[in-house]
Amino acid sequence: MSARRTVALAGNPNAGKTTLFNALTGARARTGNYPGITIDRRSGRWSVGGDSVELFDVPGTYSLSARSPEEQVAVDAILPPEGPAPDAVIVVADATALERHLYLALQIVETGRPTVIALNMIDEARKMGVAVDEEALASRTGARVVSISAVRREGLDALGAAVKEALADEAQARAPEPLEGPLETDVVEIEAVASGLHPDEPASAIRARSTWALLSLGDDELVGVPASLREVVAGVRARAEETGRDVDRELIAARYARIDGWVRDAVTAPEGGATRALTARLDAALTHPVLGLAAFALVMFVLFEALFAWSDPLIGLIEDAVGAAQGLTVATLPPGPLTDLLVEGVIAGVGNVVVFVPQIALLFVFIAVLEDSGYLARVAFVIDRVMSGVGLHGKAFVPLLSGFACAVPAVMATRTIENRKDRLVTMLALPLMSCSARLPIYALVIAVVFPANERVGGVISMGALVLFTMYALSVLATLSAAAVMRRTVLRGPRPALVLELPPYRVPGARNVGSAVWRRVQTFLTDAGTIILAITIVLWGLLSYPTSEPVTARFDGLRAEASEALSGEALEERLGELDAREAEAQLPHSAAGKLGHAIEPLIEPLGFDWRIGVGLIGSFAAREVLVSTLGVVWGIGAEEDEESVPLRAALAEARRDDGSLLFTPLSGFSLMVFFVLAAQCMSTLAVIKRESGTWKWPLFMVAYMTALAYVGALLTYQGGLLLGFT
Amino acid sequence: MSDEGPTLADLSVGAEATVVDVRGPRAVSRRLMEMGVLPGTRVKVVRVAPLGDPIELRVRSYSLSIRRQEAAGIALADVRERS
Repeated sequence: MSARRTVALAGNPNAGKTTLFNALTGARARTGNYPGITIDRRSGRWSVGGDSVELFDVPGTYSLSARSPEEQVAVDAILPPEGPAPDAVIVVADATALERHLYLALQIVETGRPTVIALNMIDEARKMGVAVDEEALASRTGARVVSISAVRREGLDALGAAVKEALADEAQARAPEPLEGPLETDVVEIEAVASGLHPDEPASAIRARSTWALLSLGDDELVGVPASLREVVAGVRARAEETGRDVDRELIAARYARIDGWVRDAVTAPEGGATRALTARLDAALTHPVLGLAAFALVMFVLFEALFAWSDPLIGLIEDAVGAAQGLTVATLPPGPLTDLLVEGVIAGVGNVVVFVPQIALLFVFIAVLEDSGYLARVAFVIDRVMSGVGLHGKAFVPLLSGFACAVPAVMATRTIENRKDRLVTMLALPLMSCSARLPIYALVIAVVFPANERVGGVISMGALVLFTMYALSVLATLSAAAVMRRTVLRGPRPALVLELPPYRVPGARNVGSAVWRRVQTFLTDAGTIILAITIVLWGLLSYPTSEPVTARFDGLRAEASEALSGEALEERLGELDAREAEAQLPHSAAGKLGHAIEPLIEPLGFDWRIGVGLIGSFAAREVLVSTLGVVWGIGAEEDEESVPLRAALAEARRDDGSLLFTPLSGFSLMVFFVLAAQCMSTLAVIKRESGTWKWPLFMVAYMTALAYVGALLTYQGGLLLGFT
Repeated sequence: MSDEGPTLADLSVGAEATVVDVRGPRAVSRRLMEMGVLPGTRVKVVRVAPLGDPIELRVRSYSLSIRRQEAAGIALADVRERS
C-alpha cells in the first residue's frame, strides 16, 4: 500500500456525486470492484494544494444504516470492519433539498472522520431563493462547508483547500453528542460490546458503529456481523419493545431534530419551501394520465428501435470484420488443427464478445441519459403499477423491455435497481424474454414446417400466428417466472417502492460517456473472458476427436478431385467435400457422441440426435443452431436461416423409421424449447459478472432447461394426444 | 385499525397534512423515516401516477414516490385540503 492519503466521496443518489468525481479526477479514474460484491469502486488521483490524494467513490446512499450486503458497502467504505478508514470524507449534499441530504452528512460527521460538506448545486439553490450560511453550518456541524457547482466546476479549488485542511487535522472528532433518555442507555450498552471489538477506535467511531448496529441489525441479511454485537442489539431492542418504545424512530427523529436545528440557524428558504417551476411543468406533462403514458410509450419505442435497428449496421460491421480476420488467417497460415483453433475458437470467440458491444453501448447511452435527466425515476413511477403485480419494481421495466433485443445488456441494466432481491429476480427472469437471437430459429423452423401461403381463417398467415404465439409465450413465461421466484427462492419481505423523483436536469455528455465506457469495459474484461473460453471449449467438443478413416477417405477424394478438375470447378468440388467431411466427422466428435447419448431423453420432445447436436452447439448462442444444423446436414456452416438448400434438406430429413423429422408439431416443440431454454453462454457469463457468484447463473441454466424440457414435452406429447403430427 | 384517523392513502391530490405515525414492516418504515417522513413532518400529495398507483409526495423540499400500500401505513393529522 502506498502512503497516499485517501479521501472518500459520499452522498445521496442524485446529489451530483458522479459529476463531482469526474470533475475532480478527470480521465485518470480507475474502475474496480468492492470486494466480494459487484459494485463498482471507482478511484482516481486528485491534486489538493500540490498533494496528490486518492479519491474514491462511495456508492450513493441515503443513510449509513444497512440491511443488505450492497448497502453495507457504503458503511464499510467509511467505517471499515478492519484496516484503515479514509483520511477524510467529502459528503456531497444538494443545497436545494438540504434537510434530507444532511441526514447522511450528520452520520458521517458522527463517525469522527474529518468531514467536508460540499453544498452542490448552489447556483440552482440561489436561483430558488435558498441561501446557506456556510460558517454557521460549519460551526454547528463541526465539518468544513464549501459551496460548489460540480456541473459548472465552481468552488472546486475551495473544496480542495478545505480537504487539505481536513487532512491536516490531528485531533478532530468532538466528543459524541449524547442522546436523550433511555435511548442513550441503549446505545451505551451496545458501545460496551463495540469497543471490545474495536479497542483502538475513538469514542466517536464506537458510537457510530453502535448506532449503525442498533438501526441495521434484526431484520437484515448482512454477513460477518459478530454474534456478540447481534446479541446485545437483540437484547436492547427486545427490552425497548416491551415498554412500547420504537428505537428506530427515536434515533432517526433525534437526528432529524438536530438537522432541523442546523437548518434553522444556517439556511434561509422562501416561504412554503423552494419550488422548481421547470420540473413541475415537465412533470405535469410527463406523468399526465394521457400525455404521460404517450411520452412513456414514445421513449420506450425509441429505445427499442435503437437496440434493434440502430445497432444492426454496427453488428454487421463487426461480423464482417471477424469474417475477414478469419479469411486472412486461413489464407496466411498453413491448414491444420492450430489454424482451426485460431479461426474457429479464438477469433470466433473474440467476435462473440465484441458483437455485444453496440447493443450494450446504445442501451447504456439511453440509461445514462434517462437516469441523469431524472426521467428514469418517472419511468418507474409511471409503470410501477404493472410491475408490482408480479412482485417486481418499476425500475425492472427497462431491463425487461431490453430483453426483447438481447439479455446481455438487459442483465447489465438491472444495476439501476437498488434492492438485491429485486435485481436478482429481474435478471434471472429476463432471459426468458424472446431476444433477437431467437428470431433466426423461428424463421428457419417456420419456413421448414409451415407452407409460406398457409392462412388461418383466410386472413392471418400461419407463420405470423406461430411467431406471435412464441412472443406471447415468452412474456408470459418471464412474468410467471418472476412471480414464482418471488414466492420461492427469492422470497423476502414484500418489496416496497420508496423512490425519490429527482428534479429534471440536463445530462452531462461527460457523465454519459464515462458511464457507457465503464459498462463496456467491465463487460469486455469480465464477461468477455468467460465467453471466449466457452467458445473454444464448444468448438473443441464439436470438432474433436476426429475419425482417421474419414480423414483418409476425404483426403483421397480431394486428391482425386485435384487431378480431375481445375479452376472454379475444383474450388466448388473442394468446398463440397469440406462440408461433407464435416458432416461425416460430426458423429465421431464429442458433441456428436453426446447428441447420440441424449437422444433417448429428447425423443419424447420430437427431436433426434442431429437436433441434439444442434442443441449442444447452440449453447454458445441460440442462432448457432442454424449453422450447426448446416454442418449436420452436410451443407456447410456458412448457411443462414434464409438458406434454400438448408431449408430443403431439413424439410426432407427423415427419422430412422422413414417419417419426416420436421413436422409442424416437432417444429413447434423445437421453437417452444428455444423460447424457454437458456441457450446462451453470454447471458450465463454476464449474470456471473453481475451477481458476483456462479450460484445464480447455474440456477438460471437449471431452471430454464427444466422449463424448456417440460414445455417442449407437453407441447409434443399433448399435440400427439390431440391428433396433431 | 379501521377506526383510526386518516392515512396518507386517503389524502386527495393537493392536500397537506402532518405525519403522526409511520407503520409497516420495519424495513419500509425505517427507510421512510430515514428519508425524512417522521412524526411531525408536513407532507403534501402532489400527484397520482397515470395508472392510479404509486403517488408522489412533497416532503422536506424534495419529491418522493411511494405505493398506496405503504402510504396506508402513514397516519396523519391536521389535514388541509387543497386551498
